[in-house]
Amino acid sequence: MDLLELTVAQAAAAIRSGELDRAEYLDAYRRAAADDPLNAFLTAEGDDPTNASDGGGELAGIPIAVKDIFCTEGIATTAGSRILEGYVPPYTSTAVRRLREAGALVHGKTNMDEFAMGSSNENSAYGAVLNPWDTSRVPGGSSGGSAAAVAGRLAPAAIGTDTGGSIRQPASLCGLVGLKPTYGAISRYGMIAFASSLDQCGPLTRDVTDAALLLRAMEGRDPCDSTSVGLEPGVEAPSREDLSGLSFGVPRELASEAEGIEPGVREVFERTLSRIEELGGEVSETELPHAPHGISAYYVLAPAEASANLARYDGVRFGMRAGDAEDLTAMYESTRAEGFGAEVKRRIMLGTYALSSGYYEAYYGRAQRVRTKIAEDFSRAFERFDFVVAPTSPSVAFELGSRTDDPLAMYMSDYCTVPMSLAGIPAISIPAGLARPDSSNGATGPELPVGFQIAGPAFSEAGLLDAAFALERAIGFEARPGGEGP
Amino acid sequence: MIRPVIDRDQVLHVARLARLRLDDSELERMASELSGILDHVERISALDLEGTPPTSHVIELENVLRPDEPRPSWPRDDVLAGAPDPASGAFRVPSPQA
Repeated sequence: MDLLELTVAQAAAAIRSGELDRAEYLDAYRRAAADDPLNAFLTAEGDDPTNASDGGGELAGIPIAVKDIFCTEGIATTAGSRILEGYVPPYTSTAVRRLREAGALVHGKTNMDEFAMGSSNENSAYGAVLNPWDTSRVPGGSSGGSAAAVAGRLAPAAIGTDTGGSIRQPASLCGLVGLKPTYGAISRYGMIAFASSLDQCGPLTRDVTDAALLLRAMEGRDPCDSTSVGLEPGVEAPSREDLSGLSFGVPRELASEAEGIEPGVREVFERTLSRIEELGGEVSETELPHAPHGISAYYVLAPAEASANLARYDGVRFGMRAGDAEDLTAMYESTRAEGFGAEVKRRIMLGTYALSSGYYEAYYGRAQRVRTKIAEDFSRAFERFDFVVAPTSPSVAFELGSRTDDPLAMYMSDYCTVPMSLAGIPAISIPAGLARPDSSNGATGPELPVGFQIAGPAFSEAGLLDAAFALERAIGFEARPGGEGP
Repeated sequence: MIRPVIDRDQVLHVARLARLRLDDSELERMASELSGILDHVERISALDLEGTPPTSHVIELENVLRPDEPRPSWPRDDVLAGAPDPASGAFRVPSPQA
């Protein structure tokens, strides 16, 4: 039995039945994570298994990699930023606490774009993460360390956060399942805030069943987050075998009419639509007329919220302080100048500008109205269809450094994921096949994973996971980074 | 060539509001990058949004309340442990009028 190839569900069952020695399993992952050839971990420190809750929890003995945006009492938490270097939180986030209550162990803290702002993980203050499928390429972002760790067999599963695509896009680029739940499904307590009206925690896993297991452990209302509502009636292990009776809308704005979708991605997408039909699902074109404005609205709203949320990093209560400032304002300004990286500064500037006197209505006010339009577009589509499907990422994993000089090109990586975030609805990316990078710019290289995105109405996670499960089985994606499938 | 939606002086003003010190090269680059992004963002000014309310929250929630019961706060020492310059049970900062 290759321990590192087991899914969470398989390992947990084997541990429960006594077939698998939990110490041996944990040790295999501890060694893999300590080695970390992908720079996926910022802290390899994990939970001491002797302290773990030893009940019959569903995740008993499973080490789970945690994005370094979740506060963990006694374990350094940086959000990928210099400004929080050395910060050790006095409390633990609800998502992590719930995983532990189900028997899981924190398996280190994973690298990420600083404060979750990025689509390539190149904005980390602690170095880029490498994609295990091709180490000259990015793993996606902002949950890039979590994705690389799971795909690279350094962790069996991970959690991340998704504000505009930060779980789904890295899952797509690394050949994993990534789920962004409905806004409010999982508590945000202890999750370092980027854009509070959009941020949502979710799992990155090897398959859909594992995503359901992690979601089941983490979801629920939390008195510490008044926007959390949980999922009723909970989450069951998905079991659906076909898609008969289900309808799938393909919004032309995110598919046939979308610019910048690589031919290889388009081909895998079309092939997956045929699979849905083979499984008895109905596929037809629909429209989300305002979806093309998602990026514009998002890059006003998210930076606006970020500029307010990141005001707390001022060198007073936690994190670093720049030395020798002559007065208080100078101390704030130099601490933030030294502590924040270029992308975080750019977004703070953008958000502060959008909220400043004279521009508020033109930018923030209008963007909030566009957000309503996008949510209305989805509601209309869901009157007719059970699900809406689209590519997850317009491209396969791109080369390190290829988009770092062009912020707008980087932002377009989120084109197909941002609309769902703005509408607050759940969306999952599952691996649907492999494609070569777009060769029009001379790029060559191995075939890389392509994700397929399915979105459903708010709180439709049970049905969404079921549909994804049936499709996953039909696709039978078995490729592995660095080699052929079994 | 992208028209400068935001110029160097405006960047300087916004940086002061955001308590960010930017050096000369950062100011130049920021003016050009923000102009590029804002130019894209301004496409939403062409949309008809008359009568569309702004989104305040994506899921329907109303008056989430809890009982107003006293409970212990975190120990002061735990909170001060993460501060760069704790002193006498408080956060010490440089004088505002030094």
